[in-house]
Amino acid sequence: MDKLKRVDIIFGAYTAEKYKVLEATMKKSSEEIIEEMIESGLKGRGGAGFLTGLKWKFTAGEADPERYVVCNADEGEPGTFKDREILTTVPRKVFSGMAICAKAIGAKKGFMYLRGEYRYLLPDLHKELDIFNEHLKRFGLDFDVEIRMGSGAYICGEESALFESIEGKRGEPRNKPPYPTVAGVFSKPTVINNVETFVNAMMIMKYGAHEFKKLGTDDSRGSKLFSVSGDTPKPGIYELELGMTVEDFVNEFGDGDTKAVQVGGAAGFCVPRKKFKDTIIGFEGVPTGGSMMIFNSSRSMYNVLHNYIDFFEEESCGQCTPCRVGCQQLMKGIEAVKRGEKQSGYLKQLLNLSDTMKITSKCGLGQSVANSFSSIVENFKEEMIY
Amino acid sequence: MSDKIKVVIDGHDLDVDKGTTILDAAKSVGVRIPTLCHHEDLCVAGNCRVCVVEVEGRKTLIAACAAPVEEGMQIKTTTPKVRRARTDIMSLLVSEHNTQCTTCYRSTNCELQDLAAEYNVDSERYLSVLKPGIEVDKSSFSIEKDDSKCVRCQRCVRTCAELQHVNAITVSHKGKDMKISTFMDLPMNDVVCVNCGQCVTHCPTGALTERRYYHEIWEAIGDPDKHVVINTAPSVRVALGEMLGYPAGTRVTGQMVTSLKKIGFDSVLDTDFTADLTIIEEGHEFLERVTKALKHGEKVALPMITSCSPGWVKFIEHMYPDHLDHLSTCKSPQQMFGALTKTFYAEKIGVDPEKIVSVAAMPCAAKKYEANRPEMNDSGYQDVDAGLTTREIGHMVKQAGLDFINLPNTPYDSYMGESSGAAVIFGATGGVMEAALRTVYEVVTGREVPFKNLNIEPARGLQGIKEAAIKLENVLPAFDFLEGVEVKVAIAHGLKNARTIMEQIKKGESPYHFIEIMACPGGCIGGGGQPIPTTDEIRKKRIEAIYAEDEGMPIRKSHEVPEIAKIYEEFLEKPLGHKSHELLHTHYVKRNRY
Ligand SMILES: Cc1cc2nc3c(=O)[nH]c(=O)nc-3n(C[C@H](O)[C@H](O)[C@H](O)COP(=O)(O)O)c2cc1C
Ligand code: SF4
Ligand code: SF4
Ligand code: SF4
Ligand code: SF4
Ligand code: FES
Repeated sequence: MDKLKRVDIIFGAYTAEKYKVLEATMKKSSEEIIEEMIESGLKGRGGAGFLTGLKWKFTAGEADPERYVVCNADEGEPGTFKDREILTTVPRKVFSGMAICAKAIGAKKGFMYLRGEYRYLLPDLHKELDIFNEHLKRFGLDFDVEIRMGSGAYICGEESALFESIEGKRGEPRNKPPYPTVAGVFSKPTVINNVETFVNAMMIMKYGAHEFKKLGTDDSRGSKLFSVSGDTPKPGIYELELGMTVEDFVNEFGDGDTKAVQVGGAAGFCVPRKKFKDTIIGFEGVPTGGSMMIFNSSRSMYNVLHNYIDFFEEESCGQCTPCRVGCQQLMKGIEAVKRGEKQSGYLKQLLNLSDTMKITSKCGLGQSVANSFSSIVENFKEEMIY
Repeated sequence: MSDKIKVVIDGHDLDVDKGTTILDAAKSVGVRIPTLCHHEDLCVAGNCRVCVVEVEGRKTLIAACAAPVEEGMQIKTTTPKVRRARTDIMSLLVSEHNTQCTTCYRSTNCELQDLAAEYNVDSERYLSVLKPGIEVDKSSFSIEKDDSKCVRCQRCVRTCAELQHVNAITVSHKGKDMKISTFMDLPMNDVVCVNCGQCVTHCPTGALTERRYYHEIWEAIGDPDKHVVINTAPSVRVALGEMLGYPAGTRVTGQMVTSLKKIGFDSVLDTDFTADLTIIEEGHEFLERVTKALKHGEKVALPMITSCSPGWVKFIEHMYPDHLDHLSTCKSPQQMFGALTKTFYAEKIGVDPEKIVSVAAMPCAAKKYEANRPEMNDSGYQDVDAGLTTREIGHMVKQAGLDFINLPNTPYDSYMGESSGAAVIFGATGGVMEAALRTVYEVVTGREVPFKNLNIEPARGLQGIKEAAIKLENVLPAFDFLEGVEVKVAIAHGLKNARTIMEQIKKGESPYHFIEIMACPGGCIGGGGQPIPTTDEIRKKRIEAIYAEDEGMPIRKSHEVPEIAKIYEEFLEKPLGHKSHELLHTHYVKRNRY
């Protein structure tokens, strides 16, 4: 392997003594933890990539003493399956990360919002929680984690919809502001992070921000899990240093005939072959929550796009106009162009529509439809028409 | 500490309170931002996205109704980017819409229509994504639901949940299938809906409307064999004008009577007559209950609660079926009127009741349902043949081609056309209570209520729950057991507030003797059948008009109306008497929560 650096931090073996890192972290002050987190430059692994340390700092700085820690384990993005692996093999690290966050922000209660399809993990997670609770008692940390099951809607992975869902309401995204750090679950200051983010937090406590920063680039620190799927001889989950180009990635995982890579799932960007070289995978280029789908030249990009829009059309919560109706129009529109019922010029109008969706939709779902739509339509226009 | 925030909106520098939305800030300097899902009565939704504006430095546009101003924001509301986005969003709404403005009941009073016209939306811009095969739900006596005209703004959902605590309608499904549904998608008539019509007055489009009955009434008017009688509720006269060219708060009583006569009603009578009658009956019922409780130590249900509002009645039947004995057994004025029309009135004018069509002009959607309650046929016929809303009356006036503003005034016909100011104020929240107190106090003490000009101020205004107490002193000998008793009353409007009152009763903690409850915020002047829009500003104007009408009446107390005295003499005999029980009182039904 050349420019691609594989690392093995996330799935590395547990410490010999249980919850050793957590125990050591308990001796640190809230400020020290947050300082270290900010110093590390860790950005959230759920997709949006907000600086985790800052998020914690904002929450810690709120006046309301009732705060919450929420772990987003809804893993709904097409093509990601890394959180499942973390929760299967190293759940202890996730709970440790949540407890570290609780200590940092002064939360007494945590929720893990688990994707409905992962219900089978519950017995093992509860077993680990029992151990976790025993150790918390030993450290004198008043913190309790409750696991809540998702019920199958992609939108419930969006943080504010997730809060609504935990509160027993319909999973519809809220208006922002207020942001979760001010008014999250039960309208209380809340830190919500992805499963992998919590593991990273724990790793930062273990090795120090200094070590963490050695990996990655200025904009994208550390390493990250990638869920590799599609036309590849070796699908699976890989932990890679951030900052590689798509070309590096394709050289490693492609089947020799890669036409495009969809980085970041349905909500992400499609990178065509001609841009492999210049596209960095990370916050300076195309960000990803981990989903990497590889397509070779046997694939119809029209079908790929059709598939994504079909997904969004179903999985939008449906509350806001641009997303609810926009998705339907994109779908009908590309079908009409394909069938020749609309001129190819109609694609331009659809691209404008996706721009409108990007700047007017209420939440990240509607805002990100344009990512795949425009990157596929613009790069594979002939495939859309003929 | 300064809680003011400096922002610039379209070049206006302004200082606004922290927490103000961009929408309100803009309004304060005369910049109108278009809205659709926003309604000032309701919590913010931010889902239509029609109100987007540009904020310097932001990548996305911002929904003005949902975003609070932030220090230093530079806001622009009409940039090409904003205009393009709004037009695009409106085009999307239209592409999902069953645009049938030529035949739509809400045409010319529809927010979607206004916006689409304002932005000159091109209906051909996008393909139609209107779901095929949507059927209008006409199962309810009161509400028609047409999903093909729904813009999914959820104003109805918020209304039913926040204002009314009923939750009859909610959002179901997601994505392209997201829609407004009832429990299990059952027809409106089969779910727990109290027919208040508040969802209708809060709906921006023709998706929710009242079920119309005026076609049948036009037919009846044209039928020489029928004698068609209409009675008009107190709050119709202070709101109808809004549909016919007058500003909110204009009293159009005389012109309304003229227009109804010109439309062809054989007789135009005043629901206020039975409002006064309600006071006599309900007042005596109250005194009877109090006498039983305080004099004889009997167990009777107190507090007694008014029963004039059929939306409220259905609410308590569903939500608190074990507390129905608290309801006064009096029928609503509409139903008393209907029962008397086909008995007393028929006899008086010598018309076969079979030939009478009894119509009620009401501010209300629930009155339609009430007219159709199976027990409401004490006259031997369906007591009320149709309840029409203020809006339907407005449409009829237009259909008749009348130049309303230039019509002269005409007084009500008789019999059952005479009434007091106490009856007029039934239309405003607190009015029934005020009217009842004016009579009850005088019956017990022989003196007028101790309030300046008979205006019981604590009962007035838009506060959700109002309280008042009157001490009874120097009472007449017949009521000596009430000497020194402080009568405590409460007034609630909007079913959210009704629930608060009922929870107190359920817990046995209600401190009151007598409670007035109206289903609609503001009382009947804000009813589900009133002109759209209804906002607090408009409610206030209608209320002012109501009290002005009261002050202008020669008689201000129900028990002083000569026609009322006469009907007891000639027909009913005495309050709570045998005939009254037969015609003016009713019973209630325990219903389920689902
Ligand atoms: C439609 C949608 C779905 C999302 N689904 C997930 C998800 O399944 N898991 C996740 O961690 N974040 C998801 N997110 C991102 C979350 O809203 C949130 O940004 C994230 O949980 C924050 O954690 P992080 O900072 O650790 O990444 C989703 C966002 C959107 C808009
Ligand atoms: S953008 Fe889509 S998913 Fe997000 S709130 Fe709007 S309709 Fe719902
Ligand atoms: S709801 Fe409004 S836009 Fe739709 S048909 Fe009726 S008037 Fe026209
Ligand atoms: S009529 Fe009243 S109770 Fe029925 S759905 Fe509308 S708001 Fe709810
Ligand atoms: S029925 Fe009316 S109020 Fe309800 S969501 Fe549809 S358009 Fe809005
Ligand atoms: S009016 Fe602001 S989003 Fe609907």
